[in-house]
Amino acid sequence: MRIVVDWDRCTGMGMCESLAPDIFEVDDDGSLILHTEEVTQDQEAEVREAVAACPTEALSLEGPIET
Amino acid sequence: MTRLVVVGASLAGLRAVEAVRRDGFDGEVTLVGAEEHLPYDRPPLSKEYLAADESPDTRYREEETFAGDLDVELLLGTPASALDTAARTLTVGDRTVSYDGLVIATGAHARTLPGTEGIEGVHTVRTLDDAIALRAALRGGARRLTVVGAGFIGSEVASVGRKLGLEVTILEALETPLARAVGERMGRALTHLHRRRGTEVRTGVAVDEVVATDGRVRAVRLADGTEVATDVLVVGIGARPATDWLEGSGLTLDDGVVADETLAAAPGVYVAGDIARWPNALFTDVAEGTMRLEHWTSAAEQGGRAARHAVDPASAKPYETVPYFWSDWYDGRVQFVGIATGDHVEVVAGDDAEGGPFTAIYRAGGRIVGALAVDMPAEVMKYRRLIGKRQSWDDALELAEQRRQQRAERAQGASA
Repeated sequence: MRIVVDWDRCTGMGMCESLAPDIFEVDDDGSLILHTEEVTQDQEAEVREAVAACPTEALSLEGPIET
Repeated sequence: MTRLVVVGASLAGLRAVEAVRRDGFDGEVTLVGAEEHLPYDRPPLSKEYLAADESPDTRYREEETFAGDLDVELLLGTPASALDTAARTLTVGDRTVSYDGLVIATGAHARTLPGTEGIEGVHTVRTLDDAIALRAALRGGARRLTVVGAGFIGSEVASVGRKLGLEVTILEALETPLARAVGERMGRALTHLHRRRGTEVRTGVAVDEVVATDGRVRAVRLADGTEVATDVLVVGIGARPATDWLEGSGLTLDDGVVADETLAAAPGVYVAGDIARWPNALFTDVAEGTMRLEHWTSAAEQGGRAARHAVDPASAKPYETVPYFWSDWYDGRVQFVGIATGDHVEVVAGDDAEGGPFTAIYRAGGRIVGALAVDMPAEVMKYRRLIGKRQSWDDALELAEQRRQQRAERAQGASA
């Protein structure tokens, strides 16, 4: 499963970072740093929460979890 | 459980119907909305929507999505007018809608100044129709904008007014704007953001009368008799929960609908969004009583949570959250996490004297309970995690020190 960021929508609000800090981080200039694109099974729950929490709906998930 | 009804078709209501469908709930789902519009994104309405050259489409989903993927019946354009929790029915226009589980997410109405109804040029900003009207007024040759209320909505509208080249005056009843939301010192810091962008902020003033000529606003008369001439007047003095229709329903109403820690207001009835007043267990040790939030994040979370509880009450769990809101002022962003009560505020990055950029953290009961950042988007969410885990004040100071070092290293790297 892969994280897809709609860069036109993302404004660096940071909810994703507060829910899944190993994966998302907001940089000093407000841009989003994606530490990894591929989502593991362990990360799935928190990544789904982060996707749902994005106020600009800039995050989505694509494809199945690699096992 | 066969029929879920969600009253209120904004963010919380949308998230409610989406959550249960995503979980595989296969009963009937009905979404009731007072406005004709499909659910739309509200935060932009006081921000970029007002400044944009073309009206952006702020709908969250297309109509086909509700009929198709979500399989949700939409009842839009008529508000619910009564609830009978014993019979498990609600009244919508001349229809009686029965439910097994109910989510109430009817939001809030903008407060208005008494006696200003029908005066042309006087606006509130709450609904899409409000924003369409204000956008036309701001871009229709107005020269002067006056905003009553230096809260977040008023401040955002003032920012847009300046961006559009208007002369902007904010009138605020309190001596320190936003004192309740962010505390006295930080309220003063935020006021600098206006002043350095040329917005006049007059604090401690009371509006006596809105003066109109031929039905059009001309000025605002203050209690001391002075008049502030204006072409457009925006009233940003807060919102009141839309609970009038629940009078006599048996639910406990007290500045919102009072619910328990699982958001339950009565058997089968759960609340979400601006109307929800509930004990947020994360803060009951430092701030007594219940909490009601008017934020995007909590509305989204509560919508999903309330709906899941409504279709399966046995699974209901306490809902706790670290509140988060943001506000876009001029070219910058104000972000706040947690709560602003406490015995100490410490600026841990930047300088608040001139309005930032800076980050400040709030202490209560020996732990970090809040954080405010102005134009420091990388900082505030790192503290949100600490607040959510009830970490100590010392932990927060340690994080602040780490961040200081990281920033210094980066600055050195950049100059090397």
